[in-house]
Amino acid sequence: MCSPPVGGLSLDGVDVNKESVIQGTVTRDGQPVASAYVRLLDASDEFTAEVVTSATGHFRFFARPGQWTLRALSSQGGGEARVVAQQGQAVDVEVTIPA
Amino acid sequence: MSRADVLVDASWAESHLDDPKVVFVEVDEDVSAYDKNHIPGAVRLDWKTELQDAVKRDFVDQDQFATLLGGKGISNDATVVLYGGNNNWFAAYAYWYFKLYGHSDVKLLDGGRKKWELDSRNLTDEVPSREATTYTAQPARTDIRAFRDEVIAAIGAQNLVDVRSPDEFSGKLLAPAHLPQEQSQRGGHIPTAVNVPWSKAANDDGTFKSDDELTKLYGDAGLDDSKDTIAYCRIGERSAHTWFVLHEILGHQNVKNYDGSWTEYGSLVGVPIEVGA
Repeated sequence: MCSPPVGGLSLDGVDVNKESVIQGTVTRDGQPVASAYVRLLDASDEFTAEVVTSATGHFRFFARPGQWTLRALSSQGGGEARVVAQQGQAVDVEVTIPA
Repeated sequence: MSRADVLVDASWAESHLDDPKVVFVEVDEDVSAYDKNHIPGAVRLDWKTELQDAVKRDFVDQDQFATLLGGKGISNDATVVLYGGNNNWFAAYAYWYFKLYGHSDVKLLDGGRKKWELDSRNLTDEVPSREATTYTAQPARTDIRAFRDEVIAAIGAQNLVDVRSPDEFSGKLLAPAHLPQEQSQRGGHIPTAVNVPWSKAANDDGTFKSDDELTKLYGDAGLDDSKDTIAYCRIGERSAHTWFVLHEILGHQNVKNYDGSWTEYGSLVGVPIEVGA
């Protein structure tokens, strides 16, 4: 609870067991990419949400269980990753931007 | 109204950074974004502490709005250019306030903060000092804001546009997925509302789609031009984005934003709710 918020908002006061958290980092050449825009797209590729990565390249979403796509956009290029979210268990994913 | 009256692009903005008649105003959901950096010369409006009444659930009234803008050094004849993160959601929400209280020259920066950042344009953490002015706000317009009774009366009679994501519309999510999902209200949507997510009106870089694309989008969704339209989302900021598209870019008349939106409607006792797509 004392760690700095990543991917936007703090988890203080959030019952993580009720949430289906998708979180992770955006990287390029193994380095975190700050201020990248990360989109969460549902199974039919519909836009669901977007956050900006933190100084350490982190992002976080509160989704629902199921298949999702993450799409990152930055001034250094873009990348994509697929992920399956589960309730009560945060899933970590790295979105890589080709160097 | 047309696109050229209500939108400026990043190049225009960059060439007017030192124009004394133009005031850039940043409005973000994450109000700390401005502290990190902002467009040079821009002032901040805090949507939570400055644009809402401190006690009751409502936004600032005519006098509060006038005091706020005067304190920010914004005069009645200024060209106000609003921008922000989240694809301009909260900037569009503030734009709607400026129109509601009668500011004559207000525009949105197309693409907002995102496009500006993706273009690698200059940002600063320097906070400008602007001399306070005396700002006069007009009485609140009633033709662009919808209240709950009108919304209930519009079921099956007028256009209702739910601009949230498909999962929020169907009731699977109660908030946009960058926010925790614990909410008190019920999930679902207002019966007879069509779901046209706000995101369909924007390109990936946050700029608005072309007039032709926008006209086709709402036409295909079944929006009937001969009827009044009410747009809603969860708290009224994404629907301000769609209100901007319909009323300001496309020039539709009789379009209202329901700022009570799902956090009000989904908590009302006894009103009908539909779930599923």
